[in-house]
Amino acid sequence: MIETVFSAELPVGEHLLIQKNRIVGTGGPGPRIAIVTGVHGDELEGQYVAFELARRLKSALHLLSGTVDIYPAVNPLGINSIQRGMPLFDLDLNRTFPGNGNGPMAETMTAAVMDDIRGADVCVDIHASNIFLREMPQVRINELSADQLVPLAPLLNVDFVWVHASATVLESTLAYSLNSAGTPTLVVEAGVGMRITEEYGRRLTDGILRLAAHLGAWKGDFYSAPEPIVSHDGEVSYLNAEHAGIFLPRAKHATVLHEGEVVGIIADPLSGDVVEEVRSPRAGLLFTLRAYPIVYPGSLLARILGDIQ
Amino acid sequence: MRKTTLFTLDTPYREPLSICAAEFGAPDAPRSIAVVGSTRGNEIQQTFICAQLIERLSAAEERGLLAQDARILVIPSANPFSMNIGERFWPVDHTDINRMFPGYDAGETTQRIAAGLFEAVKDCDFGISLGSYYLPGDFLTHVRVTHANAISDESLQLADAFGFPYVVSRTPSSFDTTTLNYNWQVWNTHAFTVLAKETDTINQRTATYVQNGILRFMNAMGFVQSRSMGGSLAVHIDESDLVDVRSESAGGFFLRNVESGERVVEGQTLAVVADGFDGHVRETLRAPVTGYVFFSHTAPLINQYTIAFKLVPEVA
Ligand SMILES: [Zn+2]
Repeated sequence: MIETVFSAELPVGEHLLIQKNRIVGTGGPGPRIAIVTGVHGDELEGQYVAFELARRLKSALHLLSGTVDIYPAVNPLGINSIQRGMPLFDLDLNRTFPGNGNGPMAETMTAAVMDDIRGADVCVDIHASNIFLREMPQVRINELSADQLVPLAPLLNVDFVWVHASATVLESTLAYSLNSAGTPTLVVEAGVGMRITEEYGRRLTDGILRLAAHLGAWKGDFYSAPEPIVSHDGEVSYLNAEHAGIFLPRAKHATVLHEGEVVGIIADPLSGDVVEEVRSPRAGLLFTLRAYPIVYPGSLLARILGDIQ
Repeated sequence: MRKTTLFTLDTPYREPLSICAAEFGAPDAPRSIAVVGSTRGNEIQQTFICAQLIERLSAAEERGLLAQDARILVIPSANPFSMNIGERFWPVDHTDINRMFPGYDAGETTQRIAAGLFEAVKDCDFGISLGSYYLPGDFLTHVRVTHANAISDESLQLADAFGFPYVVSRTPSSFDTTTLNYNWQVWNTHAFTVLAKETDTINQRTATYVQNGILRFMNAMGFVQSRSMGGSLAVHIDESDLVDVRSESAGGFFLRNVESGERVVEGQTLAVVADGFDGHVRETLRAPVTGYVFFSHTAPLINQYTIAFKLVPEVA
């Protein structure tokens, strides 16, 4: 059943609507699982998961015990107009949680989303990197909630689980706010902005069903991926550009590199010179690779996970 | 006055980004103050205020009115790159330089810009940034101090020297930890954010008023001899004392009756929200208290759930 989570009147004959699809199984009572995506309007990988999950659940309601709430678009205006943030304010909604019901519109909106999800047995917040970087499917976990979330993360069929240090500025994300409110929330990053990678989407959809099965909510089939790598910050190397130009990758995403291997080059289209050759500082897995060619000094080009077997 | 380049960054297809400062006094002077105009591309009034401040300080320097033992840095814009193409945030990834401090010189592009600026100003005794608010609109000119640590208490008292009508103290939220103002305080700089009335338009009269306040402060702290026109006896308020007036039931045309700075009485109509189709009044926004308009939404359109005004109650 389609329900409206939040509605606000826009100036001229329109409402901003956040909607969810509430799918209630006929297999009896069970947990409530919330699947959220579209907090960032330029990340679309989760749109496929929302579609595919709803399609599969609706075709087998008798195998579902409990409720799955699917929120495809927390930032509907952004998705609609190809903007990462909320239009008008250029506001990153993932810096406005837990929101404030008496605050400005964006915070009123995020408070309504929080209130609607709060109390779910588990929540999965699906992101798709941004338009610049392609990511292998991964779960990112704040070290503060690692004890509770690390055991759940492998169920989502991701390639690896990244436990990262907590930062004050990240306290205003949906995941942090929900975890603080006692709703275990896993953040998935997969794919690249403005594109849909169906293979990743299918794996994640199966992963969500696997998680549901773990919670006793799903009795149907699902695919189980091999056990992911669990890593910490110290094992991740960042490669940033030192020169402006166009980045041309020379290594393949999602492969293991040896130390010193060329990840890519930065070329200058005006002079015809290669201005930088980017090499891997360590042996490891190339889990993040730049997809958008234009780079500035500082632009992230790649992330490499070391110490893997 | 010497024009110095604090930081440059090569960029594809455009000239390098340069953050330039007007520098007065010796680089190794024992006392120092920095004024940063804009970190965002729409902070045009803030940039203009600093540009004129450079002109006024240069005139003072020629007349020998600057302290001999002090250094003054004025940086009109840390982000001309966005301003020149009409963008508010960093045009590539829409990050906000004022959410990147203290910066990181080996990090992402805007972290490098923040690091380049911060390196040049972090050791100053006093830091003034001319900010803008995350809600678009006009302010009653004021100075704010974010309560970061022990130094903030003294900063709050020193803030009186600007002579602006209000000194606002703010309890930091999570995002504050990445602002210039907050990080200055972590480095033991007395940090002040001056909110001018306008942001994306130039108003020469209010620009002069803000410069007068900055010069009053510099005079009081012994950086420049200036007899700027007398200021106000500042009233101290906490940001949480402000009373919000929000469009609760409708979006539409925003028809405003009052300006920031005006006194309003309880029950007075501040604005109406008119229907976007047939123009009838959908909602009347009234003053819940008697006081002064501290912030006003100025756009011609308004959404439901928008903070249209913030009032300072006259009686605490
Ligand atoms: Zn995202």
